[in-house]
Amino acid sequence: MAIPKVLGTETEYGIAAAGVPDFNPVLSSSLLISTFAGSLRRIRWDYEQESPLRDARGFEPIPSREVSDEDLGLANVILPNGARYYVDHAHPEYSTPECLTPRALVIHDKAGERILERSLAEVATQMPDSPRLLIYKNNSDGKGNSYGTHENYLVDRQTAFADIVRDLTPFFVTRQVFCGAGKLGSEAPWDDRNRQIYQLTQRADFFETEVGLETTLKRPIINTRDEPHADPEKYRRLHVIIGDANMCEVAQFLKVGTTAIVLKMIEDRFLPDLSLEAPVRSLHEISRDLTCTIEVPLADGRHLTAVQLQWEYFEHAKKYVEREDDSRENREVLDRWEGVLAALETEPLTLHRELDWVAKFRLLEAYRERGGLDRADPRLRAIDLQYHDVRREKGLYYRLEGSGKVERLVAEDDILRAVMDPPEDTRAYFRGRCIGKFPDAIAAASWDSMIVDTGVEALQRIPMREPLRGTRVHVEDLLATAHDAAALVNALQN
Amino acid sequence: MPEQERKQVQRKGGGDGEAGDAGEVSATSKAAELKEEMDEILEEIDSVLEENAEEFVKSYVQKGGE
Repeated sequence: MAIPKVLGTETEYGIAAAGVPDFNPVLSSSLLISTFAGSLRRIRWDYEQESPLRDARGFEPIPSREVSDEDLGLANVILPNGARYYVDHAHPEYSTPECLTPRALVIHDKAGERILERSLAEVATQMPDSPRLLIYKNNSDGKGNSYGTHENYLVDRQTAFADIVRDLTPFFVTRQVFCGAGKLGSEAPWDDRNRQIYQLTQRADFFETEVGLETTLKRPIINTRDEPHADPEKYRRLHVIIGDANMCEVAQFLKVGTTAIVLKMIEDRFLPDLSLEAPVRSLHEISRDLTCTIEVPLADGRHLTAVQLQWEYFEHAKKYVEREDDSRENREVLDRWEGVLAALETEPLTLHRELDWVAKFRLLEAYRERGGLDRADPRLRAIDLQYHDVRREKGLYYRLEGSGKVERLVAEDDILRAVMDPPEDTRAYFRGRCIGKFPDAIAAASWDSMIVDTGVEALQRIPMREPLRGTRVHVEDLLATAHDAAALVNALQN
Repeated sequence: MPEQERKQVQRKGGGDGEAGDAGEVSATSKAAELKEEMDEILEEIDSVLEENAEEFVKSYVQKGGE
């Protein structure tokens, strides 16, 4: 029986400084984060449980860990909402707290955008003389450099990794028809139509292999990083690197909602073999076809469009949800999925209220036609980028949203609450509330533990290896009655 | 509104000739409507882009990710 799909996203944001092309992105990212986090700044992230080089296929870790950003004194904090906000290489990165439903994930992913937006405002207020920083929620600079938006799903350790690879690859190659964020141009070395095309995705150009451990070169459709951040005997955390950063709430909801259902079907061996003949090539071809009609070859000899392949997943998902996993939220995912596939099959461009690639394409085309511009006009590049600006008064996605031209799925109040409050139905509740209530006593924290300094004895590690323990139901009373961290540790030990 | 649009699309995909004709008419009027709707945001675009947008986009380089 499939296990609940605990979900999270990690988003690396693009960063720039207006008028200062040679600014330092590492220090600027750190400044944004530390300014936002204020007094939380000194709570350390605990790397002890992390092993990003472990491979799901059972290989041994390869090289030793490099000097971490933490060693360089860069910002790396846990927030009272249970999220992690830190410098990753040369980007500010926001990892949502663990969520239990796609809707909660949409809310917390958006809360990350608001946190970046507030960080920009804080820096501008507190350091009026520093360069004006800009933040973009996208995945490419248009010059061959990509930065990731990763998704994470809790998966049963008993599920064979080979099953995940077989059944998830065709899904990932084709889901871009609804979750791609759109991109002007090509950054693939083999495609020199850089200035002439528009693609469904930001990321397809950067994927070169089917399965692998890498995330920065020779990127694989299925990433094998095996770092569960939970009991490794019971769980795997599937680390998905192939998605785009979404601005549209509907696209984001569909991306994680459909993927979660597909993973449950894989755990319950509910899917037929839909293997593709050439997944990487198909990924690139589908991304370059705005009509969504190109057919790709399956291993069984059939040729299907991305939408037809998605219908196969959908039909199974419908049966699966009816029989095994009926919930209001799953039915909502199915309804949306069905509606979007039906529209993609007939007139993809009608989905400008739901999907990023369509909303942005429509904007670009309207601007181009009005000005009689050439497809290679650099102003179009600027619009592509500006769509992803996190500032609600400047970002073009937000201009569309503000005038009701894209559909919203969640309430702004819920997003603002999620800036401060953790989800209540995962261990993020315990982490976030501890940070909020005992900020001085939490010496360090990670996804699956917290280290508490009670001031009397040695530091105490509180293990949190079950992602669904430490919920509000489990620990609200405990936290309410613990007057300090020592009392909390005592209560937990008894 | 999006629900309505979607149903229209599905009907059209069903291959019913009569619905197809009606679909074309509404598609034309809808196109005009969309254009009008877009005009106001197109007016705003130049004001939200960074100054020297061309230079800015050229200098937007992101190294080191993931």
